[in-house]
Amino acid sequence: MPSFVDPSKCDGCKGGDKTACMYICPNDLMVLNKEEMKAYNQEPDACWECYSCVKICPQGAIAVRGYDDFVPMGGQVHPMRSADSIMWTVKFRNGAIKRFKFPVRTTAEGAANGYIGQKGANLDDENLLLESNLPIPTMVPK
Amino acid sequence: MALPNKPKGELYADPNPQIVEIATDVLIVGGGMAACGTAFEIRKWSDESLKVTLVDKASMERSGAVAQGLSAINTYIGDNVIENYVKMVRNDLMGVVREDLIYDLGRHVDESVKLFEEWGLPIWKKDADGETLDGAKPAPSLREGGTPVRTGKWQIMINGESYKCIVAEPAKTALGEENCLERIFIVKMLLDKNKANQIAGAVGFSTRENKVYVFTCKTALVACGGAVNIFRPRSTGEGKGRAWYPVWNAGSTYTMCAQVGATLTMMENRFTPARFKDGYGPVGAWFLLFKAKVQNGLGEFYANSDSVKDELGKFMPYGASPVTPTCLRNHLMLNELKEGRGPIYMATDVALNAFLDARRAAGMDEKDVKKFWKHLESEAWEDFLDMSVGQAGLWAGMNIEPEKIGSEIMPTEPYMLGSHSGCCGIWTSGPDEAWVPDVANPSRAHKYKWGYNRMTTVDGLFTAGDGVGASGHKFSSGSHAEGRMVAKQMVKFCRDNASFKPELMQTAQELADEVYAPVKLFAQHVGASTAQDVNPNYCKPAGIMMRLMKATDEYGGGVATYYMTSGKLLGICLDLLRLLREDAAKMAAGDLHELLRCWENYHRIWCVETHIRHIEFRKESRYPGFYYRSDYPTVDDENWKCFVNSTFDPKTQEWLCEKVECINIVETEPWV
Repeated sequence: MPSFVDPSKCDGCKGGDKTACMYICPNDLMVLNKEEMKAYNQEPDACWECYSCVKICPQGAIAVRGYDDFVPMGGQVHPMRSADSIMWTVKFRNGAIKRFKFPVRTTAEGAANGYIGQKGANLDDENLLLESNLPIPTMVPK
Repeated sequence: MALPNKPKGELYADPNPQIVEIATDVLIVGGGMAACGTAFEIRKWSDESLKVTLVDKASMERSGAVAQGLSAINTYIGDNVIENYVKMVRNDLMGVVREDLIYDLGRHVDESVKLFEEWGLPIWKKDADGETLDGAKPAPSLREGGTPVRTGKWQIMINGESYKCIVAEPAKTALGEENCLERIFIVKMLLDKNKANQIAGAVGFSTRENKVYVFTCKTALVACGGAVNIFRPRSTGEGKGRAWYPVWNAGSTYTMCAQVGATLTMMENRFTPARFKDGYGPVGAWFLLFKAKVQNGLGEFYANSDSVKDELGKFMPYGASPVTPTCLRNHLMLNELKEGRGPIYMATDVALNAFLDARRAAGMDEKDVKKFWKHLESEAWEDFLDMSVGQAGLWAGMNIEPEKIGSEIMPTEPYMLGSHSGCCGIWTSGPDEAWVPDVANPSRAHKYKWGYNRMTTVDGLFTAGDGVGASGHKFSSGSHAEGRMVAKQMVKFCRDNASFKPELMQTAQELADEVYAPVKLFAQHVGASTAQDVNPNYCKPAGIMMRLMKATDEYGGGVATYYMTSGKLLGICLDLLRLLREDAAKMAAGDLHELLRCWENYHRIWCVETHIRHIEFRKESRYPGFYYRSDYPTVDDENWKCFVNSTFDPKTQEWLCEKVECINIVETEPWV
């Protein structure tokens, strides 16, 4: 289900150092053509359809078209992701539409505690941060 | 129209890249769950005088196997007994596992899950009436004693679309963004010039600029996931991107560690999960949460038949477990398919309607049943939308509503991994504790501990997640916990080896020439043809990958033969792989993306070769349903209830394969 870019919406992230889709794609697929100032998926048959580019695009310019070797045409799955939830629209080939909304995060972006400055106690035992009194196996072979 | 004899892509490769040399104490190669665990934990044990650098070939926010998200955390011990976790893993993996590593993982994993929740991951809870609350509803946290929604004994449900973003964030802040280098692909680990069997650095390149990066380090973690697109996939067109495991996992972990002499273990293990056909959507929630069953083409729910019980009786003690090992479940399914009783369907319709009927039988009125259905339907779709959107897209394209019709399931092409329901990987030390077996053998390839937990047989070289072999069922949470464990050990290694000064065997220029060889080859020969993909002097990575997958599929027990191979076929496969390895030196790259693909495929070739070599060495069929040897078709516990370990000697370039004793540390009676 490769991602594709709508040229009427893509602004090449205004020629910044990196476009959002290029920044995020885990498989190095999204690239910017600087002459046209438009992004594209350079290797559609290596697309995992992880939707990372679709979710991050500030212009909403990226969508996904089903893999042409097994998905009949006409369906579409599209997300709208906010800081705390994601809304999915599932459009069926027959025109039926379903919508689902799920939470994605319970804290504000940037609020995850890195426990900066906190130190562990003893480098020579097996306890990690916040751990103590690790168990050892008791149900051992007879 | 211009002739197609120009490089593809937008970032042309320059045959003379800039060289960047970076000296660090600790090098973290990878940015997935394990590496994020290490990045989070390492400053808890070290001060700023220890230089730590993380290198990811993608962006940590969405890299690794959890990039897309997940709908469940498959390892959370909670109220369970850790020894029972060990028993479950060892039975699922047919008895040959490192119980010390599994037990050790079991005692650390929950702390990672509690951190995830604290960082913002929504975890489903049960309310006082036993009803399910999604992870954003107010409820006590796991740390406060909240009750997660269990599907199986070990799994808990989450709203995990942003799982990786949430885990990467504190990893980056704890390590410092300036110490996290993204879009650099490490392709080789490097040994020390003076100290034998000691890691000293790594080399890689940027996928954004023409720069080669040469690192020196005292210790390194290699955690770059498993191996995908190593066997011909069932979808060979656009859909080959829809791999079950992340398509960017190229076997780099195993190859890079093996090449510097790290002993590998159980590389014969593979995973061919039965998943929804083509979309490869997850089945766990369908089996466990929705209690769905599989039906053959005759409409029979074959899993409970007498003939199946007889068949499982051939694989004792493994077949007797209430939870049938994953490979044997595949074996049963393959028997149906081979007998012409396919296709196999997940009866989603039967399962979902059973829930509604149960509510009606309990007196619920139709209005509330409808409301309940909305909730149930949402849960069913979320399972795909959180982690395998493509499956939802396939259902949309096929007009499939799961309450009305079942969906076909099918065993996939083989994958190699060590963190899911598979256990290939690298042989590592267990924790330095009395309960870990002390084996009187001078070779680390036979020992269970040598001072630093999760260190490979190479000094200073650690691995985690998919990298650690013979210890499956870690999943996302266990991989993170294992990364945290490694963090502490690497700090300890640096303290204990404070006087060690790494020195590389090759110059930075020599390394850069090696890494950029495909670019130089392209530049030298591209003029010999009007089409840059077809040239008598070089081959392209895309072609090499197809050639690799054809060889493994046809001779190494891929889907083409229903996973059947033999000594004869394996011999042919090894011959083909040798030629491939030679031709890999003729791969050419015109742009930086293609250079990435060259090195990934180089890693794939090596990685698969170890897999084939191990299957050839093990004269039995340890994992019926994952692969079969026609010449040794049964599980042979008498001769082969042992590890197979292999070691590549970087000096002599020779492989040593050996049997290694498998020692139980958890009671064997009862077995499960």
